[in-house]
Amino acid sequence: MPRIVVDVMPKPEILDPQGKAIVGALPRLGFTSFSSVRQGKRFELTVDGEVTDAILAQAREAAETLLSNPVIEDVVNVEVVEA
Amino acid sequence: MTELPLIGEAIAVAAEPRLAGARIGVVTFPGTLDDRDAARAVRLAGGTAVPLWHADTTLGDVDAVVIPGGFSYGDYLRAGAIARFAPLMSKIIDAANSDAKLPVLGICNGFQILTESHLLPGSMIKNDHLKFMCRDQVLRVENSNTAWTLDYESGQEITVPLKNQDGQYIADEKVLDALEAEGRVVFRYVGFNPNGSRRDIAGISNAAGNVVGLMPHPEHAVEVGFGPESLDGIGGSDTDGLGFFTSVLNKIVGGNK
Repeated sequence: MPRIVVDVMPKPEILDPQGKAIVGALPRLGFTSFSSVRQGKRFELTVDGEVTDAILAQAREAAETLLSNPVIEDVVNVEVVEA
Repeated sequence: MTELPLIGEAIAVAAEPRLAGARIGVVTFPGTLDDRDAARAVRLAGGTAVPLWHADTTLGDVDAVVIPGGFSYGDYLRAGAIARFAPLMSKIIDAANSDAKLPVLGICNGFQILTESHLLPGSMIKNDHLKFMCRDQVLRVENSNTAWTLDYESGQEITVPLKNQDGQYIADEKVLDALEAEGRVVFRYVGFNPNGSRRDIAGISNAAGNVVGLMPHPEHAVEVGFGPESLDGIGGSDTDGLGFFTSVLNKIVGGNK
């Protein structure tokens, strides 16, 4: 069954405290090549049947209203992935 | 939510009988923690606490609403994000924006729900130090003209408990400037900023002053013997939080202070 994948990231101008903690931990494991980490969220919405334009539009609306908070986050990607 | 239990028999103030007619709704969501404390604060201040359930579709005849702290829906997705779409919240949003200007107070998770509801601007993200923090916190009351701060003086410092993980208040510079210019920064952290909040902001109001949200917990500082003073003596009194509740009760029955 097809899924719609929604990716949400903290806005660039907003300090991401979780990303900051992760970038601090990486060198302790020997991963020294990364100067910055930002942590986002991935949602997978399963659709029973075909993904129509209307269903994709619904997913975009859900991404903007519930899945993200436009004050602190951007929806950076909405795409259909076949199973 | 009936009678006050026996613990804490020392009543904080001699509540005025005329306030008992004022009915303050206290909302419970799945995962709410501080609803009973909020209801107790309402009663200690002299009012009548009315339990409200998130799935209710009417507000009943309440004169004001407290959205208490906790972890509604386990803070899943974002703190307050799922609670914001509860059936009762749409009634609260309509009533807060109506001409009647229903007084609404959001405490901690309640504040997060109010920002997710767009009743208040900005948002909360994780504390800048990433740890849960619980401490007695000094706040300065910057605006004593809101529905929930009439019984304080502007500039007054109060001490109430603070306990949160996602308490860092953020908004863009334009919004912050507007909040300052319009006197909508209602509370500021004093001496120590516990979470990295922009401009030391602890609480804000909407333009009309009927909707107020803050991260610290006034409902935990309403009883002699059970407030911050009895813990480490950092100042203030055990009952610094009671003024939130007497403010709105006095406003409802008419005649402030």
